[in-house]
Amino acid sequence: MLRGLWKLTWLEIKIFLREPMGAFGSILLPVLVFVLVGRFMGGRLPRSSAPAIGFLRVGLPVFASVMIALSGVLSLVTIISIYREGGILRRLRATPLRPQTILAAHVLVKLALTLATMALMVLAGKRYYPIKMDVPVFGFAMALLISTWSVLSIGFLIASIVPTARFAQPIGGAILYPMVALCGLFVPLESLPPALHAVARVLPLTYAVSLLQGIWMGEAWSAHMGDVLALVLVFAICTALSAKVFRWE
Amino acid sequence: MGMSGTPRPVIEVSGIRKTYGRTVAVSEVSFEVSEGEIFGLIGPNGAGKTTTMECVEGVRRPDRGRISILGLDPFRDVYRLQNRIGVQLQQAQLQKRIKVWEAVDLWASLYTKTVDAGRLVEQLGLSGKRNAWFMTLSGGQKQRLFIALALINDPEVVFLDELTTGLDPQSRRAIWELVRGIRDRGKTVFMTTHLMEEAERLCDRVAIIEHGKIIEIGTPGDLVRRHCPERTVLLATGDALAEERLRTIPSVESVTRTDSQFTLHGKGEDFVTEVIQCLSENRIRVTDFRTVLPNLEDVFLKLTGRSIRD
Repeated sequence: MLRGLWKLTWLEIKIFLREPMGAFGSILLPVLVFVLVGRFMGGRLPRSSAPAIGFLRVGLPVFASVMIALSGVLSLVTIISIYREGGILRRLRATPLRPQTILAAHVLVKLALTLATMALMVLAGKRYYPIKMDVPVFGFAMALLISTWSVLSIGFLIASIVPTARFAQPIGGAILYPMVALCGLFVPLESLPPALHAVARVLPLTYAVSLLQGIWMGEAWSAHMGDVLALVLVFAICTALSAKVFRWE
Repeated sequence: MGMSGTPRPVIEVSGIRKTYGRTVAVSEVSFEVSEGEIFGLIGPNGAGKTTTMECVEGVRRPDRGRISILGLDPFRDVYRLQNRIGVQLQQAQLQKRIKVWEAVDLWASLYTKTVDAGRLVEQLGLSGKRNAWFMTLSGGQKQRLFIALALINDPEVVFLDELTTGLDPQSRRAIWELVRGIRDRGKTVFMTTHLMEEAERLCDRVAIIEHGKIIEIGTPGDLVRRHCPERTVLLATGDALAEERLRTIPSVESVTRTDSQFTLHGKGEDFVTEVIQCLSENRIRVTDFRTVLPNLEDVFLKLTGRSIRD
């Protein structure tokens, strides 16, 4: 059933890297921003307040990771809608490729790119980041993969139905950015008004951030099984829905 | 041509109907395609050609009617069918920056049985473009790549939808040659076109479709004979007795003359022969002689009352 998956995945990675700005925009730019913001704040460190240091220690790395995942989702939504609009999906439909295989290939591409960006950030962080940290890199990478994978399935659901590439970015953004605002990264969940708090509780990104922050700070996985469960649930629901509503053209 | 004995039908379509909302795309469409022939579905844009073809390919499900292809139900057995057919779609694209060899390689990985990819690329004249990105190919090269992709699994039936639309005459002729080659290797070709010249040069049999209904089926020659028996001869002569002599030919219906230019209208297979016989028996010296024969375009005009180009 997944005939052609690895070949398609490898091919899509190559094609993506051939895009002008492809590698730079998605891999190098986030690392660059992460390092520069860190250095800018780090340069004032002696005079910085405790919240600023807290942000540097946990907030910024997690925020950067979330942004990498989200840019992957937006890029996934855009690519699939371009493929649909350009008749590429139409052409693929007339082969033994299944929609699940095409979607799976693109998810794998985004996961691979997320992992590559992550690796670069760890390397750059070791060398240039103002605060030395002892972070469970492997565990955090796992947490990031699970989060990205789950958030990507939302992207997949959006990509399954967005009619044209012109709508892809704004619709994707309209769905994703409110999640960023409410995910607990900027404003602690407890200080949100009850109504917004309730909304935040059903947004998948909230669980992703909770998982990422926890693992980053060295908490045990057992303390975050609820987050993992929520993320897997989101993945299952979105995948099932997108298989139902997937449009080839 | 692989057409020994009675060719068995490879595709059987009976009474299919497909609607989109309140628009009826095709209705009561029935036809058969025999093994080893090039069968053309011809008609103007929007007549229902692509919808019909997509129903046979298993991409769309007709609301009513029955389709059998290679003994399979195209919609129910679509995945089994895809291994045995090759498809070229109208207005399809590939990833802009996919290389020619990568596309062929990907397609080859999707099927259980494939032909030699390198040979195929060479046969279609794409060897020099193996490493070129799809976006840099010309229209003709893109179509040749799509033909290569349609042939990669050594299919029994090949579907070609508006294959040469938008191509210059030279590329068009080259593609026709390729399509004849496909048939000569024993494959069945089911194609659509709105170009009557293409249908006439390429197809063994055609079905004319208009407003979602098939109005005629037959060989191009048959259709012309049946619906447009009119023939015209244009000739030039200074012979003073020519007009009188030409009028005595039984199959000639009218003779009009402007100075030394004659236009003769008549009907039937023997018309041109009789004109030539008359000229030779009466030793009439002509300085110009041309025949104007009707074609599928005239058949379409006759059957529908409008030109296919409208």
